Amino acid sequence: MERTALRRRLTWQVGTVTEVRDETETARTIVLDAPDWPGHLAGQHVDVRLTAPDGYRASRSYSISSAWTGEGVELTVEQVPDGEVSPYLVEVLKVGDPLELRGPVGGWFVWRPEQAGPIQLIGGGSGVVPLMAMLRAHGTAASTTPVRLLYSVRRPASVIYVKDLKELAASEDVDLTFVYTREAPAGEPRVGRIDAALLQAKAFAPADDLTTYVCGPTPFVEAVADLLVTGGHDPARVRTERFGPTGGPR
Amino acid sequence: MSADVPTYLDGNAAAGALREVFAVDLTAAIGKCTGCGHSAVFAEAHVYVDAPGMVARCPGCDNVLLRVVSTPNDTYLDLRGLTYLRISNTP
Repeated sequence: MERTALRRRLTWQVGTVTEVRDETETARTIVLDAPDWPGHLAGQHVDVRLTAPDGYRASRSYSISSAWTGEGVELTVEQVPDGEVSPYLVEVLKVGDPLELRGPVGGWFVWRPEQAGPIQLIGGGSGVVPLMAMLRAHGTAASTTPVRLLYSVRRPASVIYVKDLKELAASEDVDLTFVYTREAPAGEPRVGRIDAALLQAKAFAPADDLTTYVCGPTPFVEAVADLLVTGGHDPARVRTERFGPTGGPR
Repeated sequence: MSADVPTYLDGNAAAGALREVFAVDLTAAIGKCTGCGHSAVFAEAHVYVDAPGMVARCPGCDNVLLRVVSTPNDTYLDLRGLTYLRISNTP
C-alpha cells in the first residue's frame, strides 16, 4: 500500500505575544507570533486555552481582527466582568508571554476577496472584530467590492478601532455608520438600537448577490437577522456569528 | 440574568473542537435534523458550551444534533441527531 502522509489534526500550539494594544477601556488587541500558523481567512477565529497551576483549564473563542499578510495573528478581546479567560487576556498578559491557541477555525463566517457581490457588515459591540478583519482584508486585497458597515455601540468611548475605521472609510468603496444605543456624540441625534428604518436608510437593500454578515451577542444577532429576513433578505445570504454574555464567541 | 436571554451560541463556536477530529471545517457543512427534517448550515445550529462538553441543537426543533466531549485521553463524538452531513468537496 502506498504510504501517504496522514493529515495532521488541528490541535493546540503555543504562540508568543509580540505586542498588546489597548483599544478601549475594556478591549485589547493581542498580537501573536505562532510558528505553525498556516494563514487565515477574514472572519475566522481561534480558541485560546488557559491552564491554572492546579491543571484546571478554560478555553474561549476569539475572532481574528487582522487580515493575513504573511506573519502574525491579531485577536481583539473584550473583557467580560467575572469572565474566566478575558480578564487575564486584557489585564495580565504581556509581551513575551506564551499563549496556547488552536486555529484558525471556521469556514462559514468568512469573506474571501474573490467572492462575488457587495458585502454588508453589521456588528454589535465586540462583534465588530471579525468584521474588522474583513474590512482589512478588503483593503489589503485592494478590493473594489462595495462594503457597508453598521456598527452598533453603547457610546462613543466603546468604539473599537476608531482610528482605523475612519481611515478605511475614506475609501469610496467603504461606507461606515455608527449606531449609538446609550449615548451619542454631540451632533448625532439618534440614540437607539438598529431597527427596520435604519436598515432601510443605511444598509444595502436585498439583492441576489449580496452577502450580509452579522456578529454580536446572541440577542443582537437574533434581532438583526429577524429584521433582515422580514425586510426581504434571503436567510441563506445572511451569515451570523453569536457570542455569549459569559465571554466572547468561545 | 433573566430567563429569556438566550444562552446558546452557534455552530461557529464548535469549529475548533470539531476541527480536532475532522479533516475539514464543519461549520459550512449542511446538516439534516433527525427530529424535524430541517436542513441548514451547521454554523446556524444552537450551541451550548456550558454543558459538560458542547451540545449542538437544531434551531428549528431543539433536537440534539451533536455532542462533543473531550476528556484528557479521548474525545467522544455523538452524532445522534443528524441524518446526514453534506460537506462541500471544494475547500
